[in-house]
Amino acid sequence: MTDGYVISVKGLEKVFEDGNAVLRGVDLDIKYGEKVVILGASGSGKSTLLRCLNCMEDPTGGSIYFDGDDIADMRIDINKHRENIGMVFQQFNLFNNKTVLENIMMAPVHLGVKKLRKKKIKNALITFTNVFKKEKAPLIPIETTEAKIKAEVKENAYSLLRRIGLEEKADVYPSTLSGGQKQRIAIVRALAMDPKVMLFDEPTSALDPEMVGEVLDLMKQLANEGMTMVIVTHEMGFAREVADRVLFVDEGVIAEEGTPEELFTNPKNPRLKDFLSKVL
Amino acid sequence: MNWGVKIEKFLSVMEEPYFRQLLIDGLINTVKVAVMGLVIGIIIGTVIAIVKVAPKYKLINRILDKICSVYVAVFRGTPMVVQLLLAYYVLLPSLGVKEVNSLMVGIVVFGMNSGAYVSEIMRGGLNSVDKGQMEAGRALGLSYSTTMIKVVIPQAIKNILPTLGNEFITLIKETSVLSFITVYDLYTALSTIGSKNYEKMVPYLVMAMIYIVLVLLITLLVKILENAFAKSDRDKRESGKNVKKNAKEAA
Repeated sequence: MTDGYVISVKGLEKVFEDGNAVLRGVDLDIKYGEKVVILGASGSGKSTLLRCLNCMEDPTGGSIYFDGDDIADMRIDINKHRENIGMVFQQFNLFNNKTVLENIMMAPVHLGVKKLRKKKIKNALITFTNVFKKEKAPLIPIETTEAKIKAEVKENAYSLLRRIGLEEKADVYPSTLSGGQKQRIAIVRALAMDPKVMLFDEPTSALDPEMVGEVLDLMKQLANEGMTMVIVTHEMGFAREVADRVLFVDEGVIAEEGTPEELFTNPKNPRLKDFLSKVL
Repeated sequence: MNWGVKIEKFLSVMEEPYFRQLLIDGLINTVKVAVMGLVIGIIIGTVIAIVKVAPKYKLINRILDKICSVYVAVFRGTPMVVQLLLAYYVLLPSLGVKEVNSLMVGIVVFGMNSGAYVSEIMRGGLNSVDKGQMEAGRALGLSYSTTMIKVVIPQAIKNILPTLGNEFITLIKETSVLSFITVYDLYTALSTIGSKNYEKMVPYLVMAMIYIVLVLLITLLVKILENAFAKSDRDKRESGKNVKKNAKEAA
């Protein structure tokens, strides 16, 4: 089902509890390394579509294949998959009670240590059951320790901070940073998990105009490195430059899609024409 | 009114070691019940608040939610005295408990009563934390409970510290009803001292002063805690002090 695709969406539907049907059957395949920009008027369902991709909003119909699992299925352990789907929010959402470094390190350290502990518990069980068996089952090899995980994550966090030139901010709290700095840190926080795909939910909409550039530059860098990206944005220049494919979402379906060239210069859908005339 | 005589009468009673000990025990019991009551209250209150704000997809969550609602309604709907009397004179004897430690009963009832109030405070605190904080944690693959414990609850506690201080103050003052179940608290001690030679004015004034001092101490404690928790709002130069140290470690 997922051959060649990072995420494969089939007939995705989302009806909110108040009966508002925001998505009415969306099909979407995202290839490895592809940059997809989602456009749409406010209320069209573009943000909901993006938020469904990592089940921030639980889909009410259809399926989303990621890593061999249908993550729209509520029985699937979604946390396992979310580790591999980075997300960047409009409001940054850095953890206010953690320093910049802790923000970046928290999830990788916690999840790394948790996995290590699980392995140790399994090994203890195997050792115990081996006592009663003739053929001894092999132990799970463990090459790392908690301290090692922490050190590795910290090193990685510092190299990410160096990359965005905010190394000296490692020990400050988010409340002291500018919007642009916060968003860049939010991006590297997601990168620290080494995700297979990054979702951006209007990453520059809450920024002062002079800070939009620094965030878009970082996103362009990521794009050039081959990161798979799905971006909801109003930055048309950015979409034109970076996107491999642009989707126009209207009334809960993908009304039109194509290369940025096709969509921006030769739009067919009347709603898209209307939309473009307003934003360009 | 002769103040000199009244104060002398009080001091003469206090010279007896028995009454001095009574006052000290009373003070200790009052503080004990209030502090332990608050600790139990915070634990119960946090659990109830989390049940209240947790998503209610599952049946078990909805059932827990109803149980918590009933709990809060009962403990907020009846006076503390009634709860103490019911627990001490009705519930425990009917369960066949012979030797009842009235101080323990006081602590548990105070804790359970406080839990109902703290749950509402805590719920407000949890709701005051931006929803994006939970979303960010979940998006990174952390579970609901991990994000709650590491991100949301610390921020909620910071927001509700002043209100929790208020709850503590209420508890300290409410301990005066412990006399109903024969606990020697501050009020009982000084009342007894007052009845010794029918001079109540000075003991009652002393009682009021001790309560005020206790409350002022709590106010101070809350201030200190608030400052400690406010580190995430602090000036960047100050919190950036150990930047170099950490950078070196990493290198």
